[in-house]
Amino acid sequence: MKKAILGVIGALFFTTMLSSCGYNTMVKLDEDVKTKWNQVETQYQRRSDLIPNLVSTVKGAAKFEESTLTAVVEARSKASQIKVNADDLSPEKIAQFQAAQGQVGQALSRLMVLTENYPELKATQQFSDLSVQLEGTENRIAVARKDFNDSVQEYNTKVRSFPNNLTAGMFGFKQRVGFKADEGAQNAPKVQF
Amino acid sequence: MKKIILALFLTFIYAGGFAQDFPAKPNTLVNDYTGTLTEVQKQQLENKLVAFDDSSSTQIAIAIIKSAGQYDINDYALGLGRKWGVGGAKKNNGVMIVVALGDRKIAMQTGYGLEGALPDIITKRIIDNEIKPYFKEGDYYSGLDAGTTAIIKYTKGEYKNDNPKARRGKNSPAGGVFILIIIIVIIIIIIRKGGGGGGSEVYGGRGSGSGFLTGMLLGSLMNSGRGSGSSWGGGSSGGGGGFGGFGGGSFGGGGSSGSW
Repeated sequence: MKKAILGVIGALFFTTMLSSCGYNTMVKLDEDVKTKWNQVETQYQRRSDLIPNLVSTVKGAAKFEESTLTAVVEARSKASQIKVNADDLSPEKIAQFQAAQGQVGQALSRLMVLTENYPELKATQQFSDLSVQLEGTENRIAVARKDFNDSVQEYNTKVRSFPNNLTAGMFGFKQRVGFKADEGAQNAPKVQF
Repeated sequence: MKKIILALFLTFIYAGGFAQDFPAKPNTLVNDYTGTLTEVQKQQLENKLVAFDDSSSTQIAIAIIKSAGQYDINDYALGLGRKWGVGGAKKNNGVMIVVALGDRKIAMQTGYGLEGALPDIITKRIIDNEIKPYFKEGDYYSGLDAGTTAIIKYTKGEYKNDNPKARRGKNSPAGGVFILIIIIVIIIIIIRKGGGGGGSEVYGGRGSGSGFLTGMLLGSLMNSGRGSGSSWGGGSSGGGGGFGGFGGGSFGGGGSSGSW
């Protein structure tokens, strides 16, 4: 009887102690980071799925742009080999992922600049549908990346602040890294509007 | 075309935090910050959208502003839709339409839950075919009327309003009471069990073991209760005038934009 009550009190004490040290919150934020990461991958995958259609549509009209098209296809196949598991979000892996997807983005934007020279291609319904989808996908990628970075920031703030940092050290909650501003941003092709 | 390049480019530099450039959450679905629509037009649109919200729980919100400032119009609509919480918190079935008169741009952002019924191609077509022709003539009411009619046509039947009128709130207190009852019952059971044991070592041991387990269980129960409570906090002040308030829906960048 006494032991039972003691057990209940002990368990309650234990759980409140853990939650006051932010253990549960850290678990929750950690899971949130993973969810957001999956969203990032989903959106990049969505772009990847669009590319074959886009390439074959452009190919028909713009036969002379073989090298640009090949660059897109190659960048895509390279990027699709790099998958980052949400349970293993190390800074190196994220940087690798980002670099590979950045290549795809740059190759794609070069391709889109090129299509400006082919008015008959742009006039087709198929191409205009594809470009709408691509635009929406790029928007979604931007949103997913920003959400991921926000969740990482929230998690890091929690993990680093006292007294959570003690619990975090005890249970192995390490700081996480988000996306950095793309290096390619400076080298992105100049576009005349 | 330029927009795609811009969007691609934006992906690179996207870093912006949403500042306080967004109007506060209103109590109406149709919000004209420029005085472009007449009171009658506004009311007609509002009635139509509130009726659709009542029957389907899908929320279509409209904001007419002067300019989106330094924001891309899509980003602006996304930020506003998230801030207002257009659509239900679980269904994420909101559509945010932002018209920036000064920029001559319009964006239509779809919540996560509507990306299937309203894919980007469809929102683009609605903008191009239904809205733009009227906007070019300066007839903003007719453009928005035709646009929202098209949205309703596409999203009809995607969701239905599960509990009309008393839609929001009141769930968290009920949940709290429920959890409290469970806790009390479990504690009573434990004490009873312990008492029945009457000092037996075996019983005592088992009792404390299950006590620890229940403690863990209780801990996680309480935690989940707290979690759902905070997510319900996204619900809105039930403003009168027929519209029950925004439901806390979120957006993921779906939708498209255009200029006229």
